[in-house]
Amino acid sequence: MTELSVPQQAAAPTSESGLMVRAEQVHKSFGPLEVLKGIDLEVRSGEVCCLLGPSGSGKSTFLRCINHLEKIDAGRIWVDGDLIGYRERGGKLHEMRDKEVAAQRQAIGMVFQRFNLFPHMTVLQNVMEAPVLLRQAKKAQAREHAAELLDRVGLGDKLGAYPGQLSGGQQQRVAIARALAMRPKLMLFDEPTSALDPELVGEVLDTMKDLARDGMTMIVVTHEIGFAREVGDHLVFMDGGVVVEQGDPREVISAPQHERTKAFLAKVL
Amino acid sequence: MTTEEATTARARPEPIKAVPVRHPGRWVAVAVLAVLTAMFVHLLVTNEAFNWSFMVDKMFRPPIIEGLLRGTVLMTVSAMLIGVTLGVVIAVMRLSDNPILRGVAWLYTWFFRAVPRLVLLAVFGNIGILWSRVEFGVPFDTQLGQLFGIDNLQLRLFGFSSRDILTGFMAGLLGLALSEAAYMAEIVRAGIQSVDPGQTEAAQALGLSRGQLLRRVVLPQAMRVIIPPTGNETIAMLKDTSLLLYVPVSVELFFQLDAVGKRTFQIFPMYVAACLWYLFLTSILLVGQYFLERHFGKGYGTAQRARARLRTLAAETGGGGAGGAGTP
Ligand SMILES: Nc1ncnc2c1ncn2[C@@H]1O[C@H](COP(=O)(O)OP(=O)(O)OP(=O)(O)O)[C@@H](O)[C@H]1O
Ligand SMILES: [Mg+2]
Repeated sequence: MTELSVPQQAAAPTSESGLMVRAEQVHKSFGPLEVLKGIDLEVRSGEVCCLLGPSGSGKSTFLRCINHLEKIDAGRIWVDGDLIGYRERGGKLHEMRDKEVAAQRQAIGMVFQRFNLFPHMTVLQNVMEAPVLLRQAKKAQAREHAAELLDRVGLGDKLGAYPGQLSGGQQQRVAIARALAMRPKLMLFDEPTSALDPELVGEVLDTMKDLARDGMTMIVVTHEIGFAREVGDHLVFMDGGVVVEQGDPREVISAPQHERTKAFLAKVL
Repeated sequence: MTTEEATTARARPEPIKAVPVRHPGRWVAVAVLAVLTAMFVHLLVTNEAFNWSFMVDKMFRPPIIEGLLRGTVLMTVSAMLIGVTLGVVIAVMRLSDNPILRGVAWLYTWFFRAVPRLVLLAVFGNIGILWSRVEFGVPFDTQLGQLFGIDNLQLRLFGFSSRDILTGFMAGLLGLALSEAAYMAEIVRAGIQSVDPGQTEAAQALGLSRGQLLRRVVLPQAMRVIIPPTGNETIAMLKDTSLLLYVPVSVELFFQLDAVGKRTFQIFPMYVAACLWYLFLTSILLVGQYFLERHFGKGYGTAQRARARLRTLAAETGGGGAGGAGTP
């Protein structure tokens, strides 16, 4: 799936072991507010990891740390063996330049709750903009790939439309295609269906299921328990900036061990 | 059902014929205005000081037209071009993470917005006093040379006489453009800040660099907010070229009209001519601004739809390219 040539760092502990993401003691504060209090997480290649938790528990923040949209205060995050945002040299961490951070982000797709499509570009332009700008592909190739992806998410007939002309579900599917256009090895979803009308949730979840079936590694923040149970390989329950409980989604959902997980699931189910 | 049928079946009631409300105040106002207008027209026609024939004879003379084309129109266009470009740069500096760039940008806007344009132009007109030659090289070279025991060390790369470069026109252009950049920087900054931060985030997540996301994602969307006040700035700039009198810039409309007036002791008619010329020029810009604002002030959705229609048209004719400006 990924023939992306991202410069490989000195052999990091995660790349051989089949781990796509490894987070170690991730801490993050906004001023006096400590949002992440030591998150440990491992996501294997090809795995779908569902992240659950009450509002304000730090799910979005953690997701944004993985592609360095937020700088972490302590801990380490590796994606496919590469340390995110820093370079370790002689036992010392060196901050990466903007260019290097941008290069790392190219391999990590992200889908937002509010779609964040570029409103001044057509659907096709939205999808092919980044690959062309970043010289990942020639314009003609990028266009072909974009049209292919849009076809795959069921929007092959909307290439010339503007985001404002689409329904929420269609916009979110364009957003997924846009992220896929960079041929990422990891996809991050931050409540991709929370801003959608109930009848549109299904089409986006179906697109994500297809993606999971094709072997994409995904971290999905969601309140869709059904999706987690059906598609998830791993479920992580977060509360108050820590991982409270994790394991096989079906087991955690049917027999939660922790009080807070029980209380949360009782509310969502 | 039955009631509805009954109402539609019934005959339409007679149209209302009521006595309208009278507005005596309006008639009084019209009468007063009519008298005032008549007095004004009387003044225009009968007062000798206007000297209309003299004014019309002089106001189209070649030096005045040249002043209009170069000192007013060309100056406005050039000052705005430099001002907008520099303004974008300063706005981006102002919003950067680098505290030094931010500080420099703040200092710049503070200075150029705090000093009145007229005073600024007077200063730039006399800036040649500082240097007879403008030279670029190592600063304090002579002084440094003395420290090392070298007399009269000069490390200059290139230079030119300030009289060549800081002619009235260039000094005036510099003054107006630098001052405009400060105002434009504030406008552009407001425009950039009006764009949803989610847009920047999405572009960053795709791996775009800061420059790329600014150019391709943020600025195009900020345009909606930036364009209307830029139109106002252009009109203000056109009027402010008259301040070039204080540089002085001789190839300029107001300078020329003023000069003719003073030379012929017919100052008033020439000032009236100036009013008429500026009214004419700003009216042209106001018409342009009307169309620009109608275009950009539209609801985002409808403007998009219009462009989508253009886009499908272009696609049908075989030119529907993506990835940038490609509409016929
Ligand atoms: N940029 C920021 N500055 C200050 N505080 C922030 C910032 N981003 C998030 N927070 C705070 O961090 C906490 C966790 O936020 P986060 O968005 O990660 O929660 P979440 O688990 O995603 O919640 P939700 O389900 O509502 O999306 C919240 O209290 C929020 O107010
Ligand atoms: Mg969130």
